[in-house]
Amino acid sequence: MQSSAALEYDYSVAKLYMWTAVIFGIVGMTIGVLIASQLAFPELNYLMGEYGTFSRLRPLHTNVVVYGFTISGIMASFYYSAQRVLKVSLAELPFINFLAKFQFVAYLIAATLLVLSLGMGITASKEYAQMEWPLDILIVVYWVIWGINMFAMIGARREKALYISMWYYIACFLGVAMLYLFNNMEVPTIFFSGGLGAWYHSVSMYAGTNDALVQWWWGHNAVAFVFTVPIIAMIYYFLPKESGQAVYSYKLSLLSFWGLMFVYLWAGGHHLLWSTVPDWMQTMGSIFSVVLILPSWGSAINMLLTMKGEWNQLTENPLIKFMVLASTFYMLSTLEGPIQAVKSVNAIAHFTDWIPGHVHDGVLGWVAFMVFAALMHMAPRAFKREIYSKSLLEAQFWIQTTGVVLYFTSMWIAGITQGMMWRAVDEYGNLMYSFIDTVSVLHPYYTIRAIGGLLYLIGVFMFAYNFFMTATAGRKLEQEPQFRSPMA
Amino acid sequence: MFHWLEKNPFLFSVGVFIVIAFAGLIEILPNFAEAARPIKGLKPYTVLELAGKEVYKKDNCIACHSQLIRPFKSETDRYGKYSLSGEYAYDRPFLWGSKRTGPDLHRVGNYRTPDWHANHMWDPKSVVPDSIMPAYKHQFKNVADLETAYAEAVTVKNVFNTPYGDEIQPGKEAYEKYLKEKALPEALEIAKKMKNKEVLEMVQKGQIPEIVAMIAYLDRLK
Repeated sequence: MQSSAALEYDYSVAKLYMWTAVIFGIVGMTIGVLIASQLAFPELNYLMGEYGTFSRLRPLHTNVVVYGFTISGIMASFYYSAQRVLKVSLAELPFINFLAKFQFVAYLIAATLLVLSLGMGITASKEYAQMEWPLDILIVVYWVIWGINMFAMIGARREKALYISMWYYIACFLGVAMLYLFNNMEVPTIFFSGGLGAWYHSVSMYAGTNDALVQWWWGHNAVAFVFTVPIIAMIYYFLPKESGQAVYSYKLSLLSFWGLMFVYLWAGGHHLLWSTVPDWMQTMGSIFSVVLILPSWGSAINMLLTMKGEWNQLTENPLIKFMVLASTFYMLSTLEGPIQAVKSVNAIAHFTDWIPGHVHDGVLGWVAFMVFAALMHMAPRAFKREIYSKSLLEAQFWIQTTGVVLYFTSMWIAGITQGMMWRAVDEYGNLMYSFIDTVSVLHPYYTIRAIGGLLYLIGVFMFAYNFFMTATAGRKLEQEPQFRSPMA
Repeated sequence: MFHWLEKNPFLFSVGVFIVIAFAGLIEILPNFAEAARPIKGLKPYTVLELAGKEVYKKDNCIACHSQLIRPFKSETDRYGKYSLSGEYAYDRPFLWGSKRTGPDLHRVGNYRTPDWHANHMWDPKSVVPDSIMPAYKHQFKNVADLETAYAEAVTVKNVFNTPYGDEIQPGKEAYEKYLKEKALPEALEIAKKMKNKEVLEMVQKGQIPEIVAMIAYLDRLK
């Protein structure tokens, strides 16, 4: 067996995904700022005729940031770090290397078709599962190839014990596969109607309350297995690598991994509180959401304590800043979620802007910050160049942090205000406000949110420029940096 | 303690799968045994209403409107009786939504007329001056896809035993017969209530604009 120190890793696939992460990040978040602005200034709905309304653009925003930006970031990190923690280079596995590139092409095709079909209004209408059946099949193929590649790399590994990140990647693969298949069971209408109607149209296998249960079992756990599990895989690799510190506690990582796996799935019912879903399922959803604080905080605390004794790095290295703030936002978000899952709180919070507020402190503060840090850690190693600008990274960090804070504080106030106004009654017990009163009052908060989103987007453009310059014009590096990423 | 498991990827993966599938087995599957039964007197959607539901999906109304009235006095006062599971028995997919930027629509047919909807979709501010909802004028021009809606009715009848009558049969001929005898008269009735001349002329010529199907669907939500 050759010495692992001599391994030359192949980053060609990781690089492809890095670029798509940057591009989808810009596209998805630009649409996000546009639709946020539409709620504050409705005239902006008319920029592109029937294709430009808030309702038509919103799934485009969510799908491009989830399946474009985030999945690209995850795949880039996977194809970069899996080689390193398994001690196997893709250059040694030509067929798997080819499959990985093929998988990337399938990804581009699926992403393009998804954007086109959502733009045209072709949708199965389930949130985060809008794709109609032909696209579903393509996505299943994509995902299965990823699984084949993952397990082929594991099979060829030199490092016998799987590193923590690999646990989470395996869980991501299995979890998404199971949930996606079950939620997207649908019957194509063309085969049962004697060839009538649109060929891509289908009806869900489940009806009404059943459909809702399966959908939120997916919807909630898409958050688990796309926005949490693989992002934890990333931070477990990139934070120790960038800081040069060992992970604080192996036992804590064990506890939080198996705890998260077991508890997360139960919590899906909290999206359906006070609905027509059986009461015991709602209660289970509530209880397990609160229990979920433990494994979530376990991972976050494990990451923060990894910095023990080295907190000075927080002031010196912007990538450490991004990752430490990401863990902190993860803690905030995983405390906020359980609070919203308490039935009495949910009665006020559900259907209001507090929910998108919660989602965004998670995705902007945790997911996207982690993706930015991962991409910038990988760039010097993959492109063999120094990071183009440290000051640009610092500026991006503060601008985006301001953006996130404006976003979630305004949405907290908006959500609670509206939730309270919906239920407010006068001294005779009559409703005090008409619905439109509760909309008009939100205008200032919608404006603040749009400004917060715009600040965040400016940060994304700064990042894209910095990344592009790093890849093309950064100072060339003689040898691979070991820990802290070099930056000018 | 668990080191042996981390050196055995196959067992590790099986373990993860069991642990994550567990909740589904206990929480999700039992609900399927007793699939939501329709409440008494619930009729399946007509093909025109299904076509309207497709417009509702296409323009993605669920981004801002829910169809789920929760059992609180503040909600029943505002929207009407709280929602029952059996009312959704023919909803594939369910359209509860998750955000109320606009009001709930589960019983909108009880308190809004076709004429009101027509004005509202053409220009929301004409009926709700402070509305932030965009206008959906294209629904007055685009022709609704009745054929796909009909295909859906045939599919749910054959696959899920949704109780449609004999007039819902596979094939082009059955569809055209249904369109002429059932869907067009139904659309004409709505068009007359809408007081919009161009829409009425379109329907009289045998073309059903999206707005007519949409209003048929909204009117059915009671």
